[in-house]
Amino acid sequence: MAPVATTLARLYGPKGWLALGAAAAMLFVVFPVLSLAVPQSSAFHLSQYWVTLAGKIMCYAIVALAMDLVWGYTGILSLGHGLFFALGGYAMGMYLMRQIGREGQYQADLPDFMVFLDWKELPWQWWNSDQFWWCALLAVAVPGLLAFVFGYLAFRSRVKGVYFSIITQALTFAAMLLFFRNATGFGGNNGFTDFKRILGFAIATPETRMVLFATTGAALIATLLVGRFLVTSRLGRVLTAIRDAEARVAFCGYNTLHYKLFVWTLSAVLCGIAGALYVPQVGIINPSEMSPANSIEIAIWVAVGGRGTLVGPILGAGLVNGGKSFFTQAFPEYWLYVLGLLFILVTLFLPRGVVGLLTRRRGAG
Amino acid sequence: MRRLLPVLIVLLAAARPAAALDRAAVDRLAFGESDEKIAAIGALVAEGDPRAAALLQALGAGELETAGKRVLLVRGDEAVDAVTGEKVSPLPAAREDVIANNRVRAAIATAVAALRLVSPDRATRLAAARELAGGADPAVLSLVRKALEKEADPVIRPLLEQIAASIELKSGAKETRLVAIRTLAQSDNPATRAMLLTLTARNKDGSFVEPDADLRLEAERSLRAVEDRLAWGEWLGLAFAGVSLGSILLLAALGLAITYGLMGVINMAHGELIMVGAYTTYVVQNLFRAHAPGAFDWYLAAAVPAAFIVSALVGMALERGVIRWLYGRPLETLLATWGISLILMQAVRTIFGAQNVQVENPAFMSGGIQALANVVLPWNRIVIIFFAAAVLAAMWLTLTRTRLGLFVRGVTQNRAMAACVGVPTTRVDMLAFGLGSGIAGLAGCALSQIGNVGPDLGQGYIVDSFMVVVFGGVGQLAGTVYAALVLGFANKLLESWSGAVIAKIAVLVFIIVFIQRRPQGLFALRGRAVEA
Repeated sequence: MAPVATTLARLYGPKGWLALGAAAAMLFVVFPVLSLAVPQSSAFHLSQYWVTLAGKIMCYAIVALAMDLVWGYTGILSLGHGLFFALGGYAMGMYLMRQIGREGQYQADLPDFMVFLDWKELPWQWWNSDQFWWCALLAVAVPGLLAFVFGYLAFRSRVKGVYFSIITQALTFAAMLLFFRNATGFGGNNGFTDFKRILGFAIATPETRMVLFATTGAALIATLLVGRFLVTSRLGRVLTAIRDAEARVAFCGYNTLHYKLFVWTLSAVLCGIAGALYVPQVGIINPSEMSPANSIEIAIWVAVGGRGTLVGPILGAGLVNGGKSFFTQAFPEYWLYVLGLLFILVTLFLPRGVVGLLTRRRGAG
Repeated sequence: MRRLLPVLIVLLAAARPAAALDRAAVDRLAFGESDEKIAAIGALVAEGDPRAAALLQALGAGELETAGKRVLLVRGDEAVDAVTGEKVSPLPAAREDVIANNRVRAAIATAVAALRLVSPDRATRLAAARELAGGADPAVLSLVRKALEKEADPVIRPLLEQIAASIELKSGAKETRLVAIRTLAQSDNPATRAMLLTLTARNKDGSFVEPDADLRLEAERSLRAVEDRLAWGEWLGLAFAGVSLGSILLLAALGLAITYGLMGVINMAHGELIMVGAYTTYVVQNLFRAHAPGAFDWYLAAAVPAAFIVSALVGMALERGVIRWLYGRPLETLLATWGISLILMQAVRTIFGAQNVQVENPAFMSGGIQALANVVLPWNRIVIIFFAAAVLAAMWLTLTRTRLGLFVRGVTQNRAMAACVGVPTTRVDMLAFGLGSGIAGLAGCALSQIGNVGPDLGQGYIVDSFMVVVFGGVGQLAGTVYAALVLGFANKLLESWSGAVIAKIAVLVFIIVFIQRRPQGLFALRGRAVEA
């Protein structure tokens, strides 16, 4: 028991654990009760819209955490994390498409878009895609493998800084073009949608929604703890050292390639998980998720919240996406101005994000 | 067709004293069924009378009407008798339209083209011959022969021979067909290839469509000759498309070669500066249209400097306002300039609307040079190739021959030392950034001439232009030029094999792999710095 206790103590102090427990209670007790048990007529009832929005933002928060591990802690700015997110989403989407069964518009065994394209059988990419475990594995393995190969090649040739950012952007751009093609076998520019069931349960019922929501919440807390474990470990210190002076770390005898590759691949896997949780809740996945603009937005969530902290990205993802939902409904034409200004103001005046602002306040007071 | 109408009217006037048209044919054209109409068209064409063209044209345009037994050409309130050419006034009250269905219309189209073969104007004859070379109706054969007797032009004559041959190919006599096939070997028209292919094709049961072995043999020989010639055209077209795309990439990337290559600023708003240039061109075009429609063809002369200045001003404002606070922090610069790009895009949407706007080519840039039968080189692309070369030359001169260029190079090589010897480094930064942005504006002006102008214009070029600069080697102007051309060619070459999307993906993947092998680009600066 003792090693576990010390590890737990290393992660967070008593106050931290208390806050985490409160958050967990909020996610696993308060939300379900408000959404399912409180009658719809009540003012405290939580509508489907809010559950979906909150679930979506938690998926984004996982992505932001993953991004923070590579950017905030290791200093690698990726402009291609949207690709890993979308790949996870597509893997889960394949399973959900197969779950539609014969309830599609064409009442065929194949997904609708394949009937539309006059395909007679599933292409090889869809092998075993009616099995949940296989698609869940793909959601983790495909982004992980892609990141591993890409990262190995890039880090081995010491591609870093802005160069790395730009080639990750080219990577997601190329993937987007690829997925836009019908011949790639993933529904072309329409992607996947119209899901009916997951694991046999109807996907649109409040109960299924709440289970998905709670699963996402659990994944977010798990990601936070893994991240905390990582950055408080010796490995985390090496990562921070790589961010601050890579050459010196290398001269000290560390093989920076291994460290960077590990955190990069882990980050991609986390994004894949987030994508797989995102698709059943939002109900659609298409190639525009891979557009460079989406990936670069992830960076601003992290920057707004505060790089190099773990609470920051979660906060940032919530603030920016909450703001986005509000603005795109209330003042759709102003959202891009707000987002653009956020990019500029945060980089100019808030290099440590909202968290930096709060801690400075506390320090001053 | 509409452009030819005045020519035909002149012909009509000139031919008036001549004998009247064949009344029987005109009557069949006006009163007969579709088959009779088509036969009548053939008969009228065989005479080669230019007035027949006006008549057929009128039928196509719905201007041919009947009043009792008379056939009239009615235009507005005036009418002439179709047979005699006499003026008919007053206009008879009871008239009926002569109706032409699609089959008749198709026959009219070839007939009108065939009649233009005997026009005294060389350009008209050439255009008509090109039109008919794709496949002509047997009815026009006699007219083509008649045209051949008079034709002396070395370009038109072979075309006419090929037209005659393509018609004779379908006729019965073996000797005629053999000669026709041999004549067709001289063709450079893709339609000829299709025609010869049908002669060498097999039926489903394996037997040949063409039973005569001699004809097949001859057809195969001719086919090879035609295909060789067509292959040349395809290569020429491909090379031109490659150079054209290369010049566009170069224009898009040249500005970036300064702001990123020399100054090291990651400007994600570069694409939006291109867009600003394109919209400036649009505004200038509208100003010309509203205030000086006579000089509309020259609006580019004003749009080029305007695009440069507007984009340069926007760029300098960005440098002063945002970018200069972020020197030495490339990742932050990247994010801040991305924010700028979002704001610029949305601002353009607010001002001009989210839809694409129309930028018209001046007259001298529309159309193209017909290099071969299957290759047309559009003028706007040719102009842009030269424009890109001119911008490149101007930029090179600015960087190597002017005081500003000297300062820019000095500051980028060693900022501290340049400042020590009195170079106003902050001003140089601003001006250099303005220069790079202005060149982006020029790129936008050029792009507005060949593609859509919309708020998303810049987004399409940002990845491409970074690829070009990075591929060529940062800080290397020559590298940028080579990279743009190589990528342009590679893209077009792959496109011809695998389609546009796969080609684009292949090029991106190639660059990703290439950068991993050679992070310094094609042309690396030699240096000893650990962290470049």
